[in-house]
Amino acid sequence: MTQLALVIDLNVCVGCHACVTSCKQWNTSGWAGPMVDENAYGADPTGTFFNRVQTYEIGSFPSTETVHFPKSCLHCEDPPCVPVCPTGASYKREDNGVVLVDYDKCIGCKYCSWACPYGVRELDEQQKVMKKCTLCIDRITDQTLPEAERQPACVLACPTNARLYGDVHDPDSEVSIAIRERGGYALMPEWGTKPANHYLPRQKNHMHISEEDLQRSDNPLTKEDITVYSGEETLDDVSW
Amino acid sequence: MHPAFSVIFLTTLIGAGQGLFLALFTGQLYSTIHLVEEQPGSFYAVGSALSLLLLIAGLGASFFHLGRPERAWRAAAMWRTSWLSREVIVLPAMMGIVFFYGLFHWAGWTEPFIVFGDGALPVDTTFVLGLLGVIVALALFVSTGMIYASVKFLEEWHSPYTVVNFMFLGTASGFMLAAAYSAWLGNNLVGFFGTWAVIATLLGLGTRTASLFRNASLKHQSTLQTAIGIRHRSIEQKSQGFSASSFNTREFFHHQSPATLKLVRNAFLVLVFPVPIALILLAYLLESPTLPIAAFALQYLGLLAERWYFFAEAEHPQNLYYQQIS
Ligand code: SF4
Ligand code: SF4
Repeated sequence: MTQLALVIDLNVCVGCHACVTSCKQWNTSGWAGPMVDENAYGADPTGTFFNRVQTYEIGSFPSTETVHFPKSCLHCEDPPCVPVCPTGASYKREDNGVVLVDYDKCIGCKYCSWACPYGVRELDEQQKVMKKCTLCIDRITDQTLPEAERQPACVLACPTNARLYGDVHDPDSEVSIAIRERGGYALMPEWGTKPANHYLPRQKNHMHISEEDLQRSDNPLTKEDITVYSGEETLDDVSW
Repeated sequence: MHPAFSVIFLTTLIGAGQGLFLALFTGQLYSTIHLVEEQPGSFYAVGSALSLLLLIAGLGASFFHLGRPERAWRAAAMWRTSWLSREVIVLPAMMGIVFFYGLFHWAGWTEPFIVFGDGALPVDTTFVLGLLGVIVALALFVSTGMIYASVKFLEEWHSPYTVVNFMFLGTASGFMLAAAYSAWLGNNLVGFFGTWAVIATLLGLGTRTASLFRNASLKHQSTLQTAIGIRHRSIEQKSQGFSASSFNTREFFHHQSPATLKLVRNAFLVLVFPVPIALILLAYLLESPTLPIAAFALQYLGLLAERWYFFAEAEHPQNLYYQQIS
């Protein structure tokens, strides 16, 4: 079975929100749209987004670190949001594991949003149906697009390549290897939702530089005689 | 969670409607075996109409909760997995039974078709409908309660208390209404219904305070650490990703001060339990026809506060992600 998913690399996410805007642009004008904004130029603008980038500060000053944290539907393998839906509008695709909402069936009861611990479902204020990340299902399954473009809009937009996309059930895929070799983890594992999306933790490379590395023992400088002579007999004085 | 009035009215109104039906049938049961005075068919018919009215009002309130009420019929589809879907099926079933129960009483179709034990227990159609109604009313209480109790990460709700509270409190207010109805008619079932109302209220007091104590010492499993998966004792959100509000900040936060919450809690603890019990006792002593009505009205008011608090008290784990605008 295929389970498509994203792997977010927290090492390189710079919090630029390119994924947020490209997601909104693609999806508001596509199959999953519109993603309406209300009061966009007023004091309290609000709107539907499938993806948000948040920022956290880890530690206390001065030893702090800033972590930018993109968050969208994790396409859980055991999604609690699906069985609670009374209409069957929320479903998980059998063929690729993407969790979707059928806007024609949804009654806007919001129960699925209560049943998602991650807060990634948003009720559209005008269409009054539940919306969430589709993993750009209309891009990734579109056979008319060149292979390289059959990826979610956010993945294509990310300038630092912080978003990897692929099949997490295929052990040889880029995402599986990244999860396996770079400590990919799931959010809130305590609820057994088995999120398909994973996050790659910050990894710091510490380099140890010893005095010897700077002053090599075979450093030619040390071979050179830099003694200051003050009249004593030197090699030059020896007459051959 | 944000306490939505649609759901507050839905759960309290249908609770009272189911409770009233349970009260009517309890009355019928007792009069069949001659423990209380027999009542005319109109007593049950008007009572059933009242119960039906409450159920309809509750259903009406629930429509305000839906974004697309015109599609509500679709909600019956997933009864295999969704408690909400089950409620959507059981509620109309309850209405149907209450309707026919009242109709049969009103039309006087109460000829027993079977008589058990030497005339001790005559069974007629209303009796069968009543028994069926009891089962369906209990199923409805369970469905309504399980909608909340089945969401495991809403830990304040994920407990059997949620279901029994809905059951006892709904039953209490229904019996209270039956007592008020009897007092208004001036029949002598006020004491009978009043006694059961007090018993149900006391049971509700037990389970509701137990759930309050449980939730007061609840330790949430999710933390900011598990939410973003970083092991560090001090993590602070600096930005939730947008500058104003979103569905996530509207639907899952009550935006009220802790003092307001405490006030509402104390208000419902007074209005739901001691006040109606005292009024019913007083009504019994004074044989007042109006005090039971006041008892029901005040208890219902208290139940609105109770349900408001029930929602406001629940902390959704998604709130961990929405702590700081920027
Ligand atoms: S992240 Fe939430 S909405 Fe997405 S599949 Fe998991 S539970 Fe459902
Ligand atoms: S809001 Fe729509 S998708 Fe969500 S549970 Fe209700 S009907 Fe299903």
